[in-house]
Amino acid sequence: MEKLEARFYRSLYRIRRVEEEVARVYPTDKIKSPVHLSIGQEAVSVGVCEALQKEDVVFGTYRGHAFYLAKGGDLRRMAAELYGKATGCTKGKGGSMHLVDVSVGVMGASAVVATTIPQAVGYAFAMKVRKENRVVVSFFGDGAIEEGAFHESANFAALRQIPVIFICENNLYAVHTPIRDRQPPVPIYRRLEGYGIPAERIENNNVDKLYERVKAAADEMRRTHSGPRFFECMTYRWKEHVGPNEDFQAGYRGRNEAEPWFENDPVRRMGEKLEAGVRKEIERKVDSEIREAFDFAEQSPFPSDEQLYTDLLAGA
Amino acid sequence: MDRTITYADALLEATDLEMTRDPAVFVFGIGVPDFKGLYGTTRGLLQKYGPDRVFDTPLSEDGLTGMAIGAALAGMRPIHVHIRMDFVILALNQIVNVAAKSRYMYGGTVKVPLVIRMIIGRSWGQGAQHSQAIHSFFMHCPGLKVVAPSTPHDAKGCLIESIRDDNPVMFVEHRLLHYQKGPVPDGVYTVPFGKARVLTQGTDITVVGISYMAVECLRAQRSLQEVGIGAEVIDPISLSPLDMDTIAESVKKTGRMLVVDTAWTACGASAEIAARVVERLGGSHKLQVQRMGYAPVNCPTTKNLENLFYPNGQTIASTAYSMVHDNKKTWSPTYVEAPEIVQFKGPF
Repeated sequence: MEKLEARFYRSLYRIRRVEEEVARVYPTDKIKSPVHLSIGQEAVSVGVCEALQKEDVVFGTYRGHAFYLAKGGDLRRMAAELYGKATGCTKGKGGSMHLVDVSVGVMGASAVVATTIPQAVGYAFAMKVRKENRVVVSFFGDGAIEEGAFHESANFAALRQIPVIFICENNLYAVHTPIRDRQPPVPIYRRLEGYGIPAERIENNNVDKLYERVKAAADEMRRTHSGPRFFECMTYRWKEHVGPNEDFQAGYRGRNEAEPWFENDPVRRMGEKLEAGVRKEIERKVDSEIREAFDFAEQSPFPSDEQLYTDLLAGA
Repeated sequence: MDRTITYADALLEATDLEMTRDPAVFVFGIGVPDFKGLYGTTRGLLQKYGPDRVFDTPLSEDGLTGMAIGAALAGMRPIHVHIRMDFVILALNQIVNVAAKSRYMYGGTVKVPLVIRMIIGRSWGQGAQHSQAIHSFFMHCPGLKVVAPSTPHDAKGCLIESIRDDNPVMFVEHRLLHYQKGPVPDGVYTVPFGKARVLTQGTDITVVGISYMAVECLRAQRSLQEVGIGAEVIDPISLSPLDMDTIAESVKKTGRMLVVDTAWTACGASAEIAARVVERLGGSHKLQVQRMGYAPVNCPTTKNLENLFYPNGQTIASTAYSMVHDNKKTWSPTYVEAPEIVQFKGPF
């Protein structure tokens, strides 16, 4: 059995390197669509998704590369989707903000904040009434807490004891607006007490702790069909809100704020836990997979004109 | 042998039959399992199918619409009912941004078999926020189907068709139609989408009536008959997809079309039907096209003003008469208030 650290590192390093490759390609204009990079936030998707099983389901946000990859989404089809190619995971119709791979339980993302939260609850509701031993995870950012859809979903999930795990990736910003300008100074997880939903905060991009806590919650839900859980995961976005670059020069946040997060980089720290040989082998395989996937995207055809009209209605 | 039952009972029967046939069907919404059962359209279902499949909800139209979409993505067939269509405005994000778009955005890898039933709340002082019909919002969006049947027969067949459809269907019901009685076959049958129904034959003018306005158009047609005008009344039933073949064939014959909607005319279903008729026939046929709908104001509650707000059998007949006489003559039948409006009593 492969060590957890090696699994975590492969997933962390893979997401980091894929997004660095996206950032490298982006200025060539081959990816003609907005990208919202998860660089700096990989630990949340990895800690959560490593704790899940293949048949579990995740819904997320437009900053979705990390959870798509962590949950087992196909990298070749993701790269092709970013290039707008017919071989993409949604045939060039969803793009970076709407990555989907139903076969591994990646049920997609919305560009409109908080929009997929109720769908995660509904999917979990269906599982509950069919008495399936699966769980659903809903990823969203700290901004989503400000939307009514979040509160409507939390209320209903608590009321009907629906087995959904809410994962709030608190990166302290909604676009360029800091959380202090958007929310009262009460930790987000504490507000869930009002709904009677067990909630806790995981500090500092701690992938091990997150894995352990989410795994315990998911296992318990499977065993007892118990209701919703909430995790506030403190993390930090290294790049700009949308696009491949850093934006510390813009003035809305200082590099000094980011330094501790850089120093505590979970990708590097996880790699350091491995023997050099094991680490190098993981990196070599991942790098080669990424090269192959981006080549596949480059060489794939664009969709034909007729495909503008396909996939609108089922049965049409 | 068809029985005569009400539109509301036809809806209940359709739901009951489909819930028996398919365990994936569930029905929910504010008031669904209560003692009134949304005008009787969901009465008794809770006792029969239990609280996993028939349930009330918190006052969360947006969240619960998203919940229904999630359940549909998981393979269920939800029916979400709104006692007034006006409340659906709270759920527009989920309907427009998710239900309508998921299949396309996901490259055809998912389907959203969701039915949203919405009741237009006319009469007895319903006021500005309990009377509007916003079906044209949904006709505007690719990825949604929109139906508005006017007879008990079509209500039952259309609801069964809606439940079985693998796409989101916006099912528009008018409060006054719930009382209408008509022949309804026993057992299961479907009324296909995209097929209009020609309710009466006529050669002088085509009158298209949407939802409850089909009933008022038939009243107008009977008055017009007395003054020698034959009106061909068409109920589109399905607004998206829209059966323009049947409508355009009729207008080719009559040369005149009056579209009557139970909604405003600006950017509405009547505007769409008129535009499509002109696109098809304009230039090659002599055409006269007019629209009727709500007065271009908000709906007042007081009776005398409320009556002016809506088209009725009298105003429809009078407009059609003038059109047939090239707007050179006027005539108006006696105004007789529709019995379903006279009989309508509160509190709803």
